[in-house]
Amino acid sequence: MKKVIANREIDVNEEGYLVDFKQWDREVCECIAGECNVVMTEKHWEVIEYLQDKHHKDEPLSIRGIKKSGVINIKEFYELFPGGPLKKSTLIAGIPKPKSCI
Amino acid sequence: MGTKVKKMLFILSKATIENAYAAFVMANGARMEGIESEIFFTFFGLEAIQKKKLEHLHVATVGNPGMHIPTMLGGLPGVEALATKMMKKEMEKLDMPPIGEFLEILSDSGCKLWACKLAVDMFHLKEEDLIDELDGILTIGDFYSRADQEGCQLLFI
Repeated sequence: MKKVIANREIDVNEEGYLVDFKQWDREVCECIAGECNVVMTEKHWEVIEYLQDKHHKDEPLSIRGIKKSGVINIKEFYELFPGGPLKKSTLIAGIPKPKSCI
Repeated sequence: MGTKVKKMLFILSKATIENAYAAFVMANGARMEGIESEIFFTFFGLEAIQKKKLEHLHVATVGNPGMHIPTMLGGLPGVEALATKMMKKEMEKLDMPPIGEFLEILSDSGCKLWACKLAVDMFHLKEEDLIDELDGILTIGDFYSRADQEGCQLLFI
């Protein structure tokens, strides 16, 4: 389905996750973040880049991975993306929602 | 449509690996969905938060039909240890953290961890025997009072 984000038509799935990463850019990112009540800071960008990098390397994302990432600890991660951090951060990063239970 | 569950309260009363992981995965899963979660460790569940015991939990090979091992065999020396080793190996493959690390993750994620006062007294445990991440020692009444809002669910494991 299509959704207008940052005055552009973007392809998303039924949960709002981007289907085509090529349509993602900083403007789109900030719009989605706004919808999640997240105001992007330097630290947010750092985490988003880490998640995208992991995704592009086909490495699965998990909360344990965040703990080991060296980019951010779990407490900060929950503070930056309140209310389901991995779900929200991947939505903002324009990558698929992680399928893992852990 | 969002979930109507706002808070999950778990009571863990057993110390087999499968029960501890069931509670931990569900409690962590709740936090990952933006749902509050807390675990109350009682009776043998306390083994999962005792510094000296938590890395030595076992899978039950006797009286566990799901294992598909005849009960007589399950009781032989070494069988439980072997089954435990195999299960831990499989869990590591799925990137499931060991008990100690899982407790750290839960605590960092904002999941509250409580020990049952009655069971702590019964097993003659002291606070220093329990993990540093513990949020406190509660009576069951105290724990019920943690169910303080609409959308709370309480689960006994």
